[in-house]
Amino acid sequence: MRTVIALIVTVLVLWQGVIWLAGMPPFLLPSPRAVLEALWLNRAEITRHAGFTLAEVVLGFTLGSALGAALAVVMGFSQKLTGVLRPILTFSQTIPVFALAPILTLWLGFGMSPKVAMTVLIVFFPVVSAFLDGLMRTPQAALDLAQVMGASPIRIMRHLRIPAALPGLATGLRLAAVYAPIGAVIGEWVGGARGLGALMIHANGRMKTDLVFAALLVLSVMTVVFARLVALALHRLLSRYGV
Amino acid sequence: MTAAAALVRGRAWVGEAPLFAPVDLRLEDAGWTCLLGPSGVGKSTILRLIAGLETGARFEGEATRDKPVALMAQDPGLIPWLDVTGNVTLGARLRGTLRQGDEPAARAAALIKAVGLTDRAHHLPANLSGGQRQRVALARTLFEDRPLVLLDEPFSALDARTRAQMQDLAARLLEGRAVLLVTHDPAEAARLGDRILLLRETGLTEWPVPTLRPKGAARPYDAPEVLQLQARLMRGMMA
Repeated sequence: MRTVIALIVTVLVLWQGVIWLAGMPPFLLPSPRAVLEALWLNRAEITRHAGFTLAEVVLGFTLGSALGAALAVVMGFSQKLTGVLRPILTFSQTIPVFALAPILTLWLGFGMSPKVAMTVLIVFFPVVSAFLDGLMRTPQAALDLAQVMGASPIRIMRHLRIPAALPGLATGLRLAAVYAPIGAVIGEWVGGARGLGALMIHANGRMKTDLVFAALLVLSVMTVVFARLVALALHRLLSRYGV
Repeated sequence: MTAAAALVRGRAWVGEAPLFAPVDLRLEDAGWTCLLGPSGVGKSTILRLIAGLETGARFEGEATRDKPVALMAQDPGLIPWLDVTGNVTLGARLRGTLRQGDEPAARAAALIKAVGLTDRAHHLPANLSGGQRQRVALARTLFEDRPLVLLDEPFSALDARTRAQMQDLAARLLEGRAVLLVTHDPAEAARLGDRILLLRETGLTEWPVPTLRPKGAARPYDAPEVLQLQARLMRGMMA
């Protein structure tokens, strides 16, 4: 806790120092004080927008994780399918999500859906790859036993491979929780009037840099809290399973 | 001659290198058959062929068995998130028969008692010693209740005293079943083998076993004739 406070103080001192020494105008770099003022003056608007963003993040994260986990299990059943899908998945990651945002807005409109879709896309890959890695690393001794015991592939998946892969899934989910807000905000930049991303774009256009920073601050805090909550929930789940 | 419980006849390669010369191994319906040999001559491959498991070697010949098997290996393969009882009943869980009445639970409790772990029935594997883990693996093997039991160096990783105790326990509890024990330890083969087969690069040799094994027990580890047999086996392995 003490290091966190020290870090925050250092950043604030450096920030204010740059403004004093370089004489930066407020529309380029607002002072910490100006940002806090903007945060307070626009608190109602920021809260409303943050609510939209949070809803998109939670929805996209849940949906993306569920889809990713389901695909990993399906791929876990078939080496052949994995051989076909893995390169496609990797290839899909070479497409920058920024490039997809306008297309998604075109397809899905200006509402919540393109933002959720962006979040799903961002969350999906780390969950699939981390969980699949875990599913492929069940100890051979246990798999040999299961085969000799006459277990079906479905029961082996349910009783051995999935529980053994939970730490892998947790790694993917923890990463995904940090990335999820990025997806939502990119979606908001491109189209629509709601969410912290939209607020930032509009404030930026009106040179209200202090408001951009205030929105960014809220987004960062929200992301940290969300990622922390996900990590805590996963820790509880894993310790119950003892893996 | 009794009917064979299992049969492996053929040869195997790893890549282009021969793993073992042509072998002809028949497992009798009862008693302990020890497959003895140094590491890397394909003992485990033969056992895995009988079990019907992937071997990583190319095998040419026939490997058959007419009885269901249970398997116990050097790695006890315990499931870390299941307690002792859960591990013993793993087979029932994996076949979906765990919830069929009280029978599996009662049988598991009796077997856990037989291996002396009743007071640890609810411990996780992480809280057990190496010897205790192999006791759990033995109880799990017995829970399967199969006429043919395949043991793949199950006691190799244990200290000498624990190993001797496990040999006694296994000989007692596996009495009446056909057992194939793969081992690289001539002392173990001398204590447990009703038949001893020596596997070397040149092939498989049946080794004479002069004394009968007491029923349901291992031969005493300090009896002169056991030590002599051990010495002869060692010489055979060195030859």
